[in-house]
Amino acid sequence: MKPYNNKAWWLVLPVFVLVAFSAIIPMMTVVNYSVQDIFDPSTRYFVGTEWYREILTDPRLLDSLMRQFVYSFCVLAIEVPLGIIVALSMPRRGLGVPFSLILLSLPLLVPWNVVGTIWQIIGREDIGLYGWTLNSLGLDYNYASNPRDAWATVLVMDVWHWTSLVALLCYSGLRSIPDVYYQAARIDRASSWAVFRYIQLPKLKNVLLIAVMLRFMDSFMIYTEPFVLTGGGPGTATTFLSQTLTQMALGQFDLGRAAAFSLIYFLIILLVTWVFYTAMTHNDNKG
Amino acid sequence: MGWMAWTLPTALFFSAIALMLVAMTVWQTVSPARERKGFLPLATSRGDRLFIGLLASAYVHLLVLALTDWPLWVATAICVAGMAIIMKWG
Repeated sequence: MKPYNNKAWWLVLPVFVLVAFSAIIPMMTVVNYSVQDIFDPSTRYFVGTEWYREILTDPRLLDSLMRQFVYSFCVLAIEVPLGIIVALSMPRRGLGVPFSLILLSLPLLVPWNVVGTIWQIIGREDIGLYGWTLNSLGLDYNYASNPRDAWATVLVMDVWHWTSLVALLCYSGLRSIPDVYYQAARIDRASSWAVFRYIQLPKLKNVLLIAVMLRFMDSFMIYTEPFVLTGGGPGTATTFLSQTLTQMALGQFDLGRAAAFSLIYFLIILLVTWVFYTAMTHNDNKG
Repeated sequence: MGWMAWTLPTALFFSAIALMLVAMTVWQTVSPARERKGFLPLATSRGDRLFIGLLASAYVHLLVLALTDWPLWVATAICVAGMAIIMKWG
C-alpha cells in the first residue's frame, strides 16, 4: 500500500506556472545576465565569474552590505521588544480593543514614499516636530548633514512605520492563550514577570519568529523610505544595498554587474529565511 | 528566448539543476524515504539535504571567488564531495 497519494501534486500545477513566469524565468534571466557584459540585447560578451569576483572585493559594496546588516539588526533589536511591550499593554476587552487595533493599523496603511515625505517634514529643524524639538532641547540635530542624525531618523521612521506589525502579531498570539494558563498562574501566585517569562513568551515563540522573519526581510530590502528621506546621504551614510543595486542597474546601466550583485543579495536573504523557517518548523515538530 | 540572453555554461547549469530535481522525484517515487537525523543538527528529508547542499555549494563558490585565486573547478570539486557527504550522512 502507498504511504500517501501523489495525485494532489497536480493541484499545485497552476501555482507552479504562475511562479515560473513571475519568479523562476526572471531569475534564470538574471543568472544569464550575471555572467555577461551586456551593452544591448544583441551586443553581449561572456565574462564568466568576473562580476562576482569584482563585487565580492568591492569595498563600496561591502560597506553597503555591512550597513545593511547593522540596520536590520537595529530594526529587530528595537521593534521586536517594543512590539511585545505595546501588545502587552493593549486592552483585552471593551471598546479599547477596536480603537487600539485601528490606531495601530494606521501606520501600516501609509505608502512607503509617503512615509519618507512625512519624515522629511517631521525631521526639519524649522517646522518639523521631531527636528524642532531636538534642537529646542539643545541637541545639534540635522539629518541632512550629520550621518548620526540621518541614521537615527531613518531608524525612528522605520520604528514608527513597522512596530505596529510586530505589536499586532504579538497581540493575536497573546489572545490565543487560553484563560486556564492565567488561572493556574493566579493560583500559584505567580508574579507578572513569571507569567510573561513562563506563559506568554513561550506561547508567542512562533508568532515572534514570523515577526522577526518579516521584519528582517523587509528591512534588508528597504529602499523607498531612506531614498525619499535622505537620498542615501549624507555621503553614503544611509545608502543601503537596494539603493546601491538600483544605482548600478538603472543609473549606470551596468546590467551584468547588477545581476551578479542581486544574486548575492538573493542568496543572503534565502539563507536567513531558510534558517528562520527551519527554526519554526523544527520547533513545531518538537512541540 | 533570445531576450533571456542564454549562454552555454548557464544552460548546462540549469539543465543539471532540472535533472537533479527530476532524479530526486523519481527516486522518492520509486523508493520513498522519511526524514532522518544524520550529522546535521536537524532531521532532514532527501529534498532538504539537496537544498542544504546546493545552498552551501553556492556559498562555497562565492567564498572561493572572494578570498582565493583558486580556479573555480576546485570549488566545484569541493562542493560535489560535500554534496555527496551531506546526501549520504547528513
